[in-house]
Amino acid sequence: MNYFGDVWDWLRDGQHWTGDEGVPNRLLEHVQISIVSLVVATLVALPIGLLLGHFRRGAFVAINVSNIGRAIPALSILLMAVLVWGIGDPPSYLATIGVVSVPAFVALVALAIPPILTNTYVGVAGIDPNVREAATGMGLNGREVLRTVELPLSGPFIMAGLRTSAVAVVATATLLAYVGGGGLGRFIIDGSRISYSDPRVFVGALFVALLSVTAELALGFVERVILPRPLRASSSAVSDDAPRVAA
Amino acid sequence: MSILAAYDGDVWIDWSWVGDHGDEIVTHLREHAELTALSIGLGLLIAVPLGLLAAFHPRVRGVTIAATGVLYTIPSLAAFALLLPWTGLSRATAVIPLASYTLLIIIRNIVAGIHGVPREVREAATGMGYTSAARIGWVDIPLALPAMFAGLRIALVTVIGLIPVAALVGQGGLGRLMRDGFDRGFRTPLTVGIVLTVALAVVCDLAVLLAQRVLMPWSRRRRA
Repeated sequence: MNYFGDVWDWLRDGQHWTGDEGVPNRLLEHVQISIVSLVVATLVALPIGLLLGHFRRGAFVAINVSNIGRAIPALSILLMAVLVWGIGDPPSYLATIGVVSVPAFVALVALAIPPILTNTYVGVAGIDPNVREAATGMGLNGREVLRTVELPLSGPFIMAGLRTSAVAVVATATLLAYVGGGGLGRFIIDGSRISYSDPRVFVGALFVALLSVTAELALGFVERVILPRPLRASSSAVSDDAPRVAA
Repeated sequence: MSILAAYDGDVWIDWSWVGDHGDEIVTHLREHAELTALSIGLGLLIAVPLGLLAAFHPRVRGVTIAATGVLYTIPSLAAFALLLPWTGLSRATAVIPLASYTLLIIIRNIVAGIHGVPREVREAATGMGYTSAARIGWVDIPLALPAMFAGLRIALVTVIGLIPVAALVGQGGLGRLMRDGFDRGFRTPLTVGIVLTVALAVVCDLAVLLAQRVLMPWSRRRRA
């Protein structure tokens, strides 16, 4: 099979590395929508998770939002969003933060919120009550406990949630091409319409996989930088497991 | 077909379409269930021995978790696409990547389950004269089963939710309904596909939970 020969020839063609339809621009589109969605999802999910955890309220919702999120196919959210909002130009307030497509943005944010929310909640609510009492005993008020005790101690959980979401967002952003969006999925969708052995299919899949692994590694690096050493231990064991909560 | 004109394309559910297409819906639902069973079956076949090995050998554990972690990171559409030139339109295109996603989930839970067995319990078993093989079979594994079942449930729901993506490469069970509805701008099949996918996930999840309750009475959580 001369399949890999074709792929190699495609990669060596300089035309495939410039312009709107070149690899760099598709990669940029993919990264841009992923980062914007992830940031917005974090801005929504993190405060809610922290507050619910701090007041130990809404455990049922905070934990089950992830289970429901896992069961609803990401593809279906995207398809529904397109049928509702169309694929037209986004309103200006969304365009200024880098959103190119409203349904894509909605689907990716909806996908990214549950893991961050659940992990943050579990991280905060699972903190040893003795630690909180000690903090209160030292004269910290509720807000200070949240900021200086609960937030850092739940850091590994929050990062695990972020990593889960990041990988899911990068993966799902590939599907945007199916509804007329850009990103690396373009190569897979366009290629497979010609032939399943079209070199673009392999190229697209390869770059998406590399991007996904890179996102995971990059967040792992961020985690090492921002978390104090004692909090770093084996956080990856947390991300997708059934959350344990002090009932 | 002109018959389409008889249905309402602007509502989320047109029951007359559902009534007329019962057979088609059942066929897709069955395909979804079959793909799920194949993927989970293949996943268990690989993950259970590997997970047990990883639980007792730290070196195997590191390599296994890292390798399955990389597999887990590969986006599903990319994985399906990478297999297309070799497996084409066969079910293997969907089943191989889906099974590979279950590995990390199942293995991590097996390891967590085995490591969660209290040390005193192991020592007590050894003190009672169990050989290490007998202890693993009669003490460690039974006590780790609830954690393993938790992993199985996550794997099941994950696979059921990912199968629709395979509709973009000619597989996909209920995903075919979603794609069909979307491509024609006709909402009802999309709604039916989503609702049945979620329903299938919930039913499978509850079935495993029930099986666990029946088979393993000791796994019921005791309230302190």
